[in-house]
Amino acid sequence: MTAEVGAPVSLRPATPRWRETLGLLAHNPTAAVSALLLLALVLVAIFDETLAPQGPNEVDVAARLESPSGAHPFGTDDLGRDILSRVVLGTGVSLRVGFLAVGIALLIGTGIGLLAGFYGRWIDDALMRLMDMLFAFPAVLLAIAVLAVRGTGWGNTALAIGIVYIPVFARVTRASVLGVREEVYVRASRSVGASDWRLLTRHVLPNAAPPIIVQTSISLAFAVLAEAALSFLGLGTQPPDPSWGLMLAEGRGFIDLAWWLAFFPGMAIFLTVLCFNLLGDGLRDVLDPKQRTLMAGGGR
Amino acid sequence: MSGDVLVSARGLEVHFPVGGRGFRRKPAGLLRAVDGVDLDIHRGETLGLVGESGCGKSTLGNALLRLVPTTGGTLTFDGTDLTGLEGRRLKELRRRAGMVFQDPFASLDPRRTVAQTVGEPLEVHGLRTGKRARADRVAELLELVGLDPGVAGRYPHEFSGGQRQRVGIARALAGEPDFLVCDEAIASLDVSVQAQVLNLLRRLQRQLGLTLLFISHDLSAVRHISDRIAVMYLGRIVEVGPARAVGTDPQMPYTQALLSAVPLPHPKLERERKRIVLTGDVPSPAAVPSGCRFRTRCPYAFEPCDDVDPALQSVGAPGQQAACHLHGVVGAPAAAPEGVTATP
Repeated sequence: MTAEVGAPVSLRPATPRWRETLGLLAHNPTAAVSALLLLALVLVAIFDETLAPQGPNEVDVAARLESPSGAHPFGTDDLGRDILSRVVLGTGVSLRVGFLAVGIALLIGTGIGLLAGFYGRWIDDALMRLMDMLFAFPAVLLAIAVLAVRGTGWGNTALAIGIVYIPVFARVTRASVLGVREEVYVRASRSVGASDWRLLTRHVLPNAAPPIIVQTSISLAFAVLAEAALSFLGLGTQPPDPSWGLMLAEGRGFIDLAWWLAFFPGMAIFLTVLCFNLLGDGLRDVLDPKQRTLMAGGGR
Repeated sequence: MSGDVLVSARGLEVHFPVGGRGFRRKPAGLLRAVDGVDLDIHRGETLGLVGESGCGKSTLGNALLRLVPTTGGTLTFDGTDLTGLEGRRLKELRRRAGMVFQDPFASLDPRRTVAQTVGEPLEVHGLRTGKRARADRVAELLELVGLDPGVAGRYPHEFSGGQRQRVGIARALAGEPDFLVCDEAIASLDVSVQAQVLNLLRRLQRQLGLTLLFISHDLSAVRHISDRIAVMYLGRIVEVGPARAVGTDPQMPYTQALLSAVPLPHPKLERERKRIVLTGDVPSPAAVPSGCRFRTRCPYAFEPCDDVDPALQSVGAPGQQAACHLHGVVGAPAAAPEGVTATP
């Protein structure tokens, strides 16, 4: 507990928090592996053209429905297209839609939740009833409406999914804020003259953040699933563009004949979703400041 | 000691609506946490505020810093009317008046370092701009409260209760306030640490010329630190006066009962100590009795207590005041306010 006298006094902690967070995350095996896998996925998405052995729409009629082999590790589909190439090129679509959708929901939903939870009263009532209305609206119908008005395309798919998730973030944020705003340290901060904006950004949001961060990770998983589902239904990515959900839909017809058509895109979805979920769990642990020293203290 | 008045409350009320939810909220009742408080706090003095839990002393402390809205009466700080104060002037009040909270484990933001917490008032009020100057000031404040400046980069959970409370005191002092409200500031500390923090507060009060409102349910701690003592019961100040007078010769039956509950250090005296045990519970602040609010538990209650609300009157030592009809019936023969039933 005692520190050397005369040690440099700084307004910032010795190591930046983000670096500390990364360090702790590395000590959580499941979260670390998930994070690495997701990083790999992002790299695959960035370098997809270089990594894919073939173009996504290179048709080889002679090699239709070929089972996985050295030439085609994931096999080929009914048009003789290389599944591996299509899974690789579909990564970008899934991740882009996922990140943009969750970004939209996070930004708007968290903002609404913060205001509703912090100010309460009629602001809370008005905002949350609005959220209830959005929540009660069938998600797929809402997505169809957005896509019908704005047309298909990955941006609009993301927008549709994002709108659907706004109430989720609003609720999670509000619930968390309701607890935090009653904390004595919020009142203490007010007692020294802090403005509402300062209370919200410096005290309430950081302390209310862990469930939101976990929700972000889990929502990324759901957004990837939702993109797949919308593509599966023919509302998301349009053929012949590669998308995991679309490939799943196309492979469905051949499931008893050529399992690899649906299996590999399905696995890609499964792994991505799993990684986001596990990362979410790991982040929740790491973001708890009490666990922080417990783990960082290591040697004791 | 006594001199000009820094903080003054007249008929101060803090009422909370209870019950009622939904779009059309109709409060089911009114909780009279602070109900007509008259109190002057003189510049440079330490005023101890005692009372049972739930008597409204914390609410009163919060109201003085405008942390809860007042619903009636007047409140002035250094001549400025605080009711309805907003924006920059409210901010200035909160620089000039600090607060130390009861639970040092709850009053520090767990995600902010000691330096960030103690430096917050500096940032908020734009004092000591520049990283270097601010860090120096934080170090100075930490030293002032008896902490090693080297701990500035640490998080609250790395500290003990007493150390955390010192951090809380450093934060309250950062804006160089004239007035400090200590809301049960030692109640949740270990007994050995209580004395240390109490002495720290006393030293700071002298060193910095602070005006201190020391809120506590612990009469012995209050007697130790205060120049004057105010006793609160059910939202009202029922006795106030010099610490020695109130602490040895209380004029109000409630204070007498409080005092009789304090154990005495001398074994012989302790054996002879007569305890006045009050019967019954404190009435709910949502249903304040008519007349004298203490009459339902007062061993001396007589006729006028039923319907005349006693006002503070000078009795006993110079500067001592008590609200009790035993010293002559003074007060407004007030009918019970609407919606309030007296519980005999």
